[in-house]
Amino acid sequence: MLRGIYMSKLTSIACSEEHAHELGFVVTNAGVLSLIQDAGRYGAFNLGLTNGGPADSLAFYWANKLCGNEPNSTAIEISLGGLELTAQVDCVIAVTGAPMPLSINGQPKALWRSFLVKAGDTISLGFTPLGVRCYLAVVGGFDIKPSFGSTATVCRESVGGIRGDKLVDNDILPCQAVSKSANKLKKLMLPEHEQPQYANEVLLHTVLSYQQAHFSNIEKRLLFSSEYQISKHWDRMGYRLQGRAIKADVDGILSEGICYGAVQVPADGQPIVLLNDRQTIGGYPKIGAVISQDCAKLSQLRQGDKVRFEPISMSQADNMFHLNLRRLTQTKLISYS
Amino acid sequence: MSTLINDGIRLEVAGENSLMLYFSDKGQESSVITPNISSNVQQADHLIRQHFSTEIIDLISSYASILVVFNLLEIDHHDLRNKLKSVLKQCGSVNNKQGRLIELPAYYSLESGVDLPRIAKHAKLTIEQVIYLHQAQEYRVYAIGFAPGFAYLGAVDERIAMARLTTPRLKVPKGAIAIADRQTAVYPAQSPGGWNIIGLCPLDMFNAQAEPTMPVEVGDRVKFVAIDKAEFIELGGRSPCTELEC
Repeated sequence: MLRGIYMSKLTSIACSEEHAHELGFVVTNAGVLSLIQDAGRYGAFNLGLTNGGPADSLAFYWANKLCGNEPNSTAIEISLGGLELTAQVDCVIAVTGAPMPLSINGQPKALWRSFLVKAGDTISLGFTPLGVRCYLAVVGGFDIKPSFGSTATVCRESVGGIRGDKLVDNDILPCQAVSKSANKLKKLMLPEHEQPQYANEVLLHTVLSYQQAHFSNIEKRLLFSSEYQISKHWDRMGYRLQGRAIKADVDGILSEGICYGAVQVPADGQPIVLLNDRQTIGGYPKIGAVISQDCAKLSQLRQGDKVRFEPISMSQADNMFHLNLRRLTQTKLISYS
Repeated sequence: MSTLINDGIRLEVAGENSLMLYFSDKGQESSVITPNISSNVQQADHLIRQHFSTEIIDLISSYASILVVFNLLEIDHHDLRNKLKSVLKQCGSVNNKQGRLIELPAYYSLESGVDLPRIAKHAKLTIEQVIYLHQAQEYRVYAIGFAPGFAYLGAVDERIAMARLTTPRLKVPKGAIAIADRQTAVYPAQSPGGWNIIGLCPLDMFNAQAEPTMPVEVGDRVKFVAIDKAEFIELGGRSPCTELEC
């Protein structure tokens, strides 16, 4: 009965009776960190399994949308860049997210569009000058066997993806070949003004919650009036920040569930924003939680980039979620030629 | 943003689509580990699973709390709060449900339990007494988390309670039975860790391919049963401590 948000209403995943595909793409260069991801793993917290899923859920959403997929379809999350794939079949793909230089057989291609690739084509992603993560989706999604209801890769848990680990050279990523009729598939793009702009600074709207009562008003003001830098410890589990230390009046608490975006403050006072691959329970005091759309933006930052926190009420957070969702569902993809 | 559901359950905001239920016992704040609080947590977990459907995405039950993650497309904070209030009103009043009793084989020895001498010295006991006290206790599974299959068991006899290592080990072997304060656990996979190692369990605490995935669930009772090295190997245990790295 417990199901992921994307599973319940936005979609039901295309779990077709079709035969498993054997051909698709061969990984010719796995890049720095390329991970199989769907919308994430939900309902397995009781086994200690975390969510995983796309760090930038917005870019992931558009990659699948451009391919006409259900929002929970399996795509590749590429961090920093360097991925190279060779197509074994004709298919339609789309790449969204950080501005990694994309080329097909050496010819530059734009992101935020769907286009046809032919068997034998080589798809390469260079390294991004800005942001961190890109998503490569294919029509019908990659055909990866789910574990615990999801294909999301969480390396730390050795769960999901292929072998529970990041992609390596020579991995095969099966997908459906486009049929003749699908060759007429419209080439779609996200209108330019709707494409997210990546920056080196992000404002993190934060709901005060959890152990907020253990932080004095002065400590809260310090948090909300200071600028923090992303430290060298930033990954899909969480982003450790550096800046003005804030103090709780307790060092630890009885271990409890940690939500996405929770802002944990260990004894050194340097906040950690916990993301997709966070551990499910922990005992550090938490001052609040960053809203999901800002977590997605945060995960496009890297060491040295800057964030600020801004307090919002629960009802503001609710409004922002629904406005964002409405904007997402009302944005129409356009054809290009 | 704090709401009282009854005199044993308090509700707080956690995040955009999640809230926390905190459990206490007879006015005591929810910072103590008691079987009573834990069984109330378990009862509430069951009630929520029974009375809610797709509006709840996931739950994390721990010692004295439940994180409720919900689907913002189906329910909002306000409605969820009200519904939880009515579903959990009676929670904590009648509750005598006993968890299953699970026995876990334990190979206690100097080679499998490198921290036994330290604990014995600290407790002013012999190593045999430490092992005896660890086995004598029936533990409760209070929470599962931190890593897949990691079950927090409590409470360890006060005499052998031991603080975490100041510097965690980089590698603790799979199956390590360990103590931290008054908690004990079996490491389900090789990982870094700062708990004090006293033995090895040959069973898989987490196996993605097996059904069930884990031998225990929250609320179960656990007893450790001492085995010797031959039995340990026979039950699938790998040669102890080759992987221990400090």
